[in-house]
Amino acid sequence: MIAKPAQSLTLFLLLAPALLWLGLLIVLPHVEILILSFSERVAPRVYAFGFGNYLEFFTEPLYWRTFARTAFMSILVTALTLVLAFPIALYIARVAQGRLKAMLLLLCLLPFWVSELVRTLGWMILLRETGVISYALRAVGLASQPVELLYNDGAVILGLVYGGLLFMIVPLANALESLEPAVVEAGYDLGGSRWTVLRRIVIPHAMPGIVAGCIIVFMLTVGNFATPVLLGGKNGLWFTEQIYAQFITRFNWPQGAAFGMLLLLLSSAIVWLGLRLTGQSLGTTLKQA
Amino acid sequence: MAASSHTATDLDIVNVTKRFGSHAAVDDVTFSVAPGEFFSILGPSGCGKTTLMRMIAGFEHPTSGDIRIRSKSMIGVPANRRPVNMVFQSLALFPMMSVGENVAYGLTCRGASRAEAEERAGRMLERVGLKGFGERRVTALSGGQRQRVAIARCLVLEPTLVLLDEPLGALDLKLREHMKIELKQLQGTFNTTFAYITHDQSEALVMSDRIAVMNQGRFEQVGSPRELYHSPATPFVASFVGETNRWQGQAASASNGAVAVRLSSGAVVQGQGSGAAQALAFVRPEAVALAQDQSSLANLPNRFEGRVSAVLFDGAASSLLIDTAGFAEPVRAVLPQAGPLAGIEVGAPIHVGWTADAMKVFAA
Repeated sequence: MIAKPAQSLTLFLLLAPALLWLGLLIVLPHVEILILSFSERVAPRVYAFGFGNYLEFFTEPLYWRTFARTAFMSILVTALTLVLAFPIALYIARVAQGRLKAMLLLLCLLPFWVSELVRTLGWMILLRETGVISYALRAVGLASQPVELLYNDGAVILGLVYGGLLFMIVPLANALESLEPAVVEAGYDLGGSRWTVLRRIVIPHAMPGIVAGCIIVFMLTVGNFATPVLLGGKNGLWFTEQIYAQFITRFNWPQGAAFGMLLLLLSSAIVWLGLRLTGQSLGTTLKQA
Repeated sequence: MAASSHTATDLDIVNVTKRFGSHAAVDDVTFSVAPGEFFSILGPSGCGKTTLMRMIAGFEHPTSGDIRIRSKSMIGVPANRRPVNMVFQSLALFPMMSVGENVAYGLTCRGASRAEAEERAGRMLERVGLKGFGERRVTALSGGQRQRVAIARCLVLEPTLVLLDEPLGALDLKLREHMKIELKQLQGTFNTTFAYITHDQSEALVMSDRIAVMNQGRFEQVGSPRELYHSPATPFVASFVGETNRWQGQAASASNGAVAVRLSSGAVVQGQGSGAAQALAFVRPEAVALAQDQSSLANLPNRFEGRVSAVLFDGAASSLLIDTAGFAEPVRAVLPQAGPLAGIEVGAPIHVGWTADAMKVFAA
């Protein structure tokens, strides 16, 4: 079909902002970073094409260990978020009605009205040695001296799960809401226990929502910077810190670019693997999210 | 069958009441269903029949009264432990499972091995005429096939009682007519007790051994389709079951069950029933005799002269509306398909008449 010139111009104008956004802010920088990641410094201010930056990643244990740790912790955070969010989403989608439902969703959204940095600082106020929880533990006599709850993996996981919860609840609640109540009742009527109904009817129905939520939370977690740095301190060891260090502290842009590319590859590979393992297609998943 | 002793019933509902706040959705209902019986609960929407069915299935709990299945009280027994299975209005097939998995689901819930469940599901599908459909998605089935899967899913568990909640509602007319017969045949071959709820009197009349007519939470009458049709116990049953002419008036004289009613529109009719001051008179369209001259109706106590106001042609269910002096609404009669009146047109003069037996009179 051949569109009239006026029509195609309108279409072009409507699409232009999106195309510019995509091209200038996403595709172009990534191409730039890709090129940059393949340039090695052979002498001061002299760069040549090579795989040195990537080799550096594999030869220096700190780098790939941090990388593996980030991947593993992110998967753990995603799994924990899913387990925590599922009952909440189930309650919002299937039990709560009318105003209560809107209230609960708003309650989930409310923390996001302040910036991530402020929320993370809030956790620091709670968890640090001189913080609220430490004080409370001493006050009730459960601890004899100040307790440091910050700067460990637990604190990092706590902060990341907290940050991801909303992004898991919304697609889950969406998916669960479309489950016909009679189908659940039929599950019980034919002799299913709560567990059978959950495992064979509710979870398979919610699968697109589960996968959508997991992808979003995993992406946000892998790419998070402030939470691991602030709550984990020196023990945070998040891969984004390595990228930051290369770009900002060591001023080694090509190395940072290589790390950035590796992180992109990592998250893409894990998402692809997740989709394959659950048998979901990206299309149906995106519809849920 | 209905007169069998108490030990031989599959379902006993004893003084069951269900209140939502101050509103009684089901109000002191008592009935029994015999083994192998096709029992229907017929009523308009909102009459409480769905609530009653959900209480039998275990999804709602009665405020008072007892529900017994094979003499065992079901109070406090959860839905998944009752020997009752339900065919839902929307069928509620599991879309995430194949046809075979849908049928095998209940068996695996009971702890049957996967192989055994699959084998029995396959045999059940064969019995309902869906051999080889086991691997299909339920979304790939036609309306009638989905219906059969929903029933097979229940029957494979060999329940004491199958509950059916208006399962034919979503089907188109032709398929619905076909499924009525098929359901009745299925019930016959499996010899399972069916409790069927519907607002469609034709479904209830065609399939049931016995029907309970329900209105505003109470049973108006329980009886065979013929009993309900020919000797309704209440004015609600008379007007809800089947087509009927209905007029209001005052009972003028009553003796020995015979009542003369003076309609508010003037005419005096002779009927059978109770002679209260305010009376409702009912006569079935097929009980109204038609003639071109008065002499052939001479032996009927109710004889009137009218004029055809409309011919409602609907094949075997065709009817005539006849404007008759003394009646506020036209008299409805069955259109004769043969004989001198077969070709009658609007405006033609006609004589109508009916016996006193055919006219049921109730206190309004």
